[in-house]
Amino acid sequence: MKNFIPVFKDKNKASEDRSKIFVASRRDFLKIGSLATGGFLLGVNFQCSGPKGEVVTFAPNVYISFDSDNQVTLIAHRSEMGTGIRTSLPMIMADELGADWSKIKIVQAEGDEDKYGNQNTDGSFSVRMFFEPMRKAGATARHMLIQAAAAKWGVDPSECYTENSEVHLKESRKKVTFGDLVQDLLVMPLPDPAAVKSKELSEYKLVGTDVAIYDAKDIATGKAVFGADVDLPNMQIAMIARSPVVGAKIISYNDAKALAVPGVNQVVKIEGAGIPPGLDKPLEGLAVLASNTWAAKKGREALEIEWDLGPNQDYNSTAQLEAMAKSTLQNGKVRRERGNFNAAKSGAAKTLDKTFKIPFYAHATMEPIAVIADYKGDGSVEIWAPSQHPQWARGAVAGALGIELSQVKINVTLLGGGFGRKSKPDGVVEAALLSKAAKTPVRVQWTREDDLHHDFYHSHSAQRIVATLDGSGKLTGWNQHSVFPAIGATGNPDELHPSDGELGLGCTDFPFDVPNIRIETHESKAHTRIGWLRSVSNINHAFAAQCMMDEIAEARGVDPVQQAIELLGEDRDLNFAEETGGKYENYGEKIEDFPWNTGRMKKVIQAVAEKSNWSQNLAAGKAMGFAAHKSFLTYVACVVMVEKDANGNLNIPEVHYAVDCGVGVNTDRIKSQFEGGAQFATSLAMTSAITFDKGRVQQHNFDSYQIIRMPQSPKKIEVHIIPSTEKPTGVGEPPVPPYIPALANAVYKLTGKRIYELPFKI
Amino acid sequence: MENYTLTINGKKQEVSAEPDMPLLWVLRDLLNMKGTKFGCGQALCGACTVHLDDVAIRSCSLPISEVGAGNITTIEGLSEKGDHPLQEAWVEHVVPQCGYCQGGQIMTAAALLKQNPTPSEAEIEAAMQGNLCRCGTYNRIKSAIQTAASR
Repeated sequence: MKNFIPVFKDKNKASEDRSKIFVASRRDFLKIGSLATGGFLLGVNFQCSGPKGEVVTFAPNVYISFDSDNQVTLIAHRSEMGTGIRTSLPMIMADELGADWSKIKIVQAEGDEDKYGNQNTDGSFSVRMFFEPMRKAGATARHMLIQAAAAKWGVDPSECYTENSEVHLKESRKKVTFGDLVQDLLVMPLPDPAAVKSKELSEYKLVGTDVAIYDAKDIATGKAVFGADVDLPNMQIAMIARSPVVGAKIISYNDAKALAVPGVNQVVKIEGAGIPPGLDKPLEGLAVLASNTWAAKKGREALEIEWDLGPNQDYNSTAQLEAMAKSTLQNGKVRRERGNFNAAKSGAAKTLDKTFKIPFYAHATMEPIAVIADYKGDGSVEIWAPSQHPQWARGAVAGALGIELSQVKINVTLLGGGFGRKSKPDGVVEAALLSKAAKTPVRVQWTREDDLHHDFYHSHSAQRIVATLDGSGKLTGWNQHSVFPAIGATGNPDELHPSDGELGLGCTDFPFDVPNIRIETHESKAHTRIGWLRSVSNINHAFAAQCMMDEIAEARGVDPVQQAIELLGEDRDLNFAEETGGKYENYGEKIEDFPWNTGRMKKVIQAVAEKSNWSQNLAAGKAMGFAAHKSFLTYVACVVMVEKDANGNLNIPEVHYAVDCGVGVNTDRIKSQFEGGAQFATSLAMTSAITFDKGRVQQHNFDSYQIIRMPQSPKKIEVHIIPSTEKPTGVGEPPVPPYIPALANAVYKLTGKRIYELPFKI
Repeated sequence: MENYTLTINGKKQEVSAEPDMPLLWVLRDLLNMKGTKFGCGQALCGACTVHLDDVAIRSCSLPISEVGAGNITTIEGLSEKGDHPLQEAWVEHVVPQCGYCQGGQIMTAAALLKQNPTPSEAEIEAAMQGNLCRCGTYNRIKSAIQTAASR
């Protein structure tokens, strides 16, 4: 896979995905109709001759159906891992339709990108990619309903509108439910797409408001179904002893004691990929299959395995991070160049030279991976998985089992957290392989230890920044050295530098008006599996750059908020193409479609300064820090307030965010992503780190890999959403990057100590 | 294997299990009650919280042999119609993000309110600190508990 990170989608592919969904020809509709078997499209009957009394369903496209008893059903085709996307995209359709939201039914799509378009729930792009298609889907259905009602009443369609899942005739009491129009719709041709008009933004009643998530009550009553909650008859539970060091292979094993554990039925070896481990393959391992989870766990503990630990057995991450930091003292590979940094440096009145380090991070989703597979006698397999990327999982299973894609059916459950971990299909492949070997349904159950030991980690990183000031205090030069093992190295060990995509996450898109800029990278090898975690390399880049900007402001004797506004310069669109040799990727979007606009960035900065009362005189013992960072095409500015409590512990009484994400769809979920982002980022900043010694992860559970608990959470998190009619962009990841430097800058003001390494303690 | 009689959500249940099997897996694997979640297996995260005689306990770390004759309440049995004041407040504040930890959070909060119907903010934080949430819903959890306590 060339574009190994799903967030960096092929530019042409993205628009293909968008258009593929709405080929609204009669032929396609017929095709969709005849494909429908069971579930959400059941009963589609194009001949409109449903047996008497049977509910007839009409589905104008794959996302929407309504039946004769007026039940409107909407398909959620993106994975729900906590962002609220399962609610937000259907909201857009319902709003266009004029459906009664309180009676909507939402059904989760199975993994099938030919049918639903892109389902890779990653890169904060669900709303960005599907806002227009969802509008179009809803508008198409509304158009047809109105046509049908107008024909029935012998009026012009312009006289009709939809509301509460009914078509109404203006200035009259005439109305008809969607359900009562099903029979008419079934014989109606699909409209010419050009004739279908979406509503104006100002006409929306749901979009732009706070809407509760569809699953709230099921979650609060324990009824929501996550990966491990699916139960099949005769299902066995598997626990796997996996390579303790990436690349380790089994030399020999003795499973006699494991098989003696009551409830244990079978031991199955899983052939691992070795080195490189790959992004879509299981690690080598020995699986214990049992009739219940506890027996599987005890059986696994009783295994005796002799490992060939392979080339990573001496790996020590602390030593590597030191070596990475040291490597930045040399010249690296130049990735962006403006002006002449060396000249700026030799003419500088003052030079700041700082190195920022972060550790490996694990995703630590609250739900450890759990996948159910049912390999059937005919060679097909059905999967139930908490997967962020069901289509990738489907392909990986087909490849591993040597079967056709069409023989793999993948059902997507709710995800108990994702953050990028559940994009990877390793657990899904494990379940499929084991079900095939055992000839029974199998649930692969990961433990917390498995989760922390066998993640695709966020890479540790060293960032050295050299900044130069002239005699007048002007910032004349910015030289950032970025070094971290790249995600691509997990599949290709020859990838020794961060990719263009990874650098475009907060490094080569450095937006400030500095006459001399040089961005360079240095080599580092991956000795474990590297993946992507909520906001990816924006974490390391924003931490370094935004802490450095604070330090520069101090050296210049200017306010950091004022400095950011000053250095963003005039309102304009930035273009990094020339200085990066055309290698800036802009999150897979064309820069013309989603420009980097300094005016929008300044607006969020001004808003956060105002909302946080940035210029206030704080009481002694309190301090505020600031940072602003655009990621995933969303503009964010953040102010964090800190104080020390009586025991000397750090408290975070207030956090203020301002965000411009274009049109806000579900404003409550925008806020909740920012609330959650601040808490997630507090863990990254202050409590979490993965380290390796002798190739093995040294953290095992939540005692040694800590995430914040309620008392450590910021007390108040205010989210100010800038009203906008710009194209919507995502909010899952953008809250994380600016928070960490804003917190670090606040801690500096409180303690006088700069933070150069995460996680920090005070 | 031993035979045990448990009282779960007011109903007697007969199960055969190894004595060291934690209550969590008895509930999930043997009784097919999936509301109680597995998070860490070490009583560090609270996802598996249930009540034993009105006290919040971590079911992942309580062997069935030590459960005894007490009444076990799980998230499925907290209220008959899903209308416990905490459940209602949870929906009202739209607390959940991914939702995986929330059953455990609600069970810990319910035990707290039973013991202390009007907890202070500090008391809420102290009672809830054993329940992890990775999505970051702590503030809404706190607000929902305060709302439920005020009713």
